[in-house]
Amino acid sequence: MYNDKVMEAFKNPKNVGEIENYDGIGVVGNASCGDIMQITIKVENGIIVDAKFKTFGCAAAVATSSTATQMVIGMTLEEALALTNKKVVEELEGLPPQKIHCSVLAEEAIKKAIEDYKSKQ
Amino acid sequence: MQRSIYLDHAATTKVDERVIQKMLPYFSDIYGNANSQHFYGRKAQKALDEARDQIAQIIGANPSEVYFTSGGTEADNWAVCGLARANSTKGKHIITTKIEHAAIFGACKTLEKEGYEVTYVDVNEDGIVDLAKLESAIRQDTVLITCMYANNEIGTIQPIERIVEIAKKHKVIFFTDAVQAIPVMNINVKQVGVDAMAFSSHKFNGPKGVGVLYLRNGVKISNIISGGHQERTRRGGTSNVAGAVGMAEALRLNRLTLEQDVEYIRSLRDLFVSRVQNEIPFAKYNGHPQLRVPGNADFSFEFIEGESILFSLDLEGIAVSSGSACSSGSLEPSHVLLAIGVEEAVAHGSIRFSFGKENTVEEVNYVVDKLKQIVERLRMMSPLYKVESKTTKC
Repeated sequence: MYNDKVMEAFKNPKNVGEIENYDGIGVVGNASCGDIMQITIKVENGIIVDAKFKTFGCAAAVATSSTATQMVIGMTLEEALALTNKKVVEELEGLPPQKIHCSVLAEEAIKKAIEDYKSKQ
Repeated sequence: MQRSIYLDHAATTKVDERVIQKMLPYFSDIYGNANSQHFYGRKAQKALDEARDQIAQIIGANPSEVYFTSGGTEADNWAVCGLARANSTKGKHIITTKIEHAAIFGACKTLEKEGYEVTYVDVNEDGIVDLAKLESAIRQDTVLITCMYANNEIGTIQPIERIVEIAKKHKVIFFTDAVQAIPVMNINVKQVGVDAMAFSSHKFNGPKGVGVLYLRNGVKISNIISGGHQERTRRGGTSNVAGAVGMAEALRLNRLTLEQDVEYIRSLRDLFVSRVQNEIPFAKYNGHPQLRVPGNADFSFEFIEGESILFSLDLEGIAVSSGSACSSGSLEPSHVLLAIGVEEAVAHGSIRFSFGKENTVEEVNYVVDKLKQIVERLRMMSPLYKVESKTTKC
């Protein structure tokens, strides 16, 4: 059901954890629905210099969290806000239809982390 | 080297080599249609009769009470729909439980659309059906009680003989889905007293695509498949002779070593369960501690999600099944786990390990070692674990 790229991202996820003294945090999802995603970011001069995730969820949730954090590192906040779940899915070369919602969570978690950062400025 | 460890025997089993050998002639030499009158057909018919006789003898039935089907699902569908429809002059009420297999629920849904009313009886936290509630659910218009013998997810074995007593007392037909029970229990239909019982060949090292509905003589049933005169005109369709022969042989072989196999499988399962309980924190053992099929161990690992565990084990060459919603494509976690009161979030982290006679102690130990690492790794990744582990340290 999963392609090799998704399985690889699940097997060896990047940016696992929580940034100490993060600048922004986004937590989305619900434990009773089976997935929660938390993304923390570090921002310097309007650029995301680090991003880490913690995820309770399926293999696709882990893979999309990992990929999304990799994609936003080095982006400006505007670029990161423009990151859509579709782009995350493209980066993973596709997800099974019932797993698309995992990529939506990744997009939402990033947006929330940026909002959180902005609200503190 | 990549290992291959199969811990999904409740899903299906490997076909026994002796069963394959027994079946092979019925694909090539004895390929006649069992309904044909010529000698090709008569040879096939003879094999079909012998298979039926053998299965009947093993379960304590008369051969005329054994009907071959395409598997457990068809037998379940047929029993529920066929018994309800054939007896609808008495009423349109059915009683079942909250933890039945989809094959039963599917049939109940069909009947609900036809105007039947279905009562889904509660089970307790171990998955045992509440007998008082079951009995009080019986009404004047109740035509059928259907309750699985053993549960496919948590392995709980139901007090079927007591349910039969209740059904008899109120003169209601009783059917049991014994798909998970037959491979590990020497059930005699006359001793247990059921009116109908379904089981499937591939759960006990027989071929897929063949099952049996036992139907006590004298119990009325409607057909759900119409066609020719096969199965005493009750189930049309060219007879699956090779399948029936394979099923009979598989059941015969299963019964030859049943006691020692069950003891062995139970010892593997018990070793697994005790190691998991001692070595992995926050692991909830689902189902009844004793009243369960010997090969089943179902665990909920808190703070992590079942599909992640399943694929992590898969990457280590270990095949298991998950009760998580994510693996089935639905949004709801297992209805069985919710029925026994497991919280939704915890139910999402459930894995069913089902052991078989081909497994070894070494495999069990390997799996526990890998499982420990996997659970730990996924928990380190989980935002829930952080919060919970802090609170538990307080």
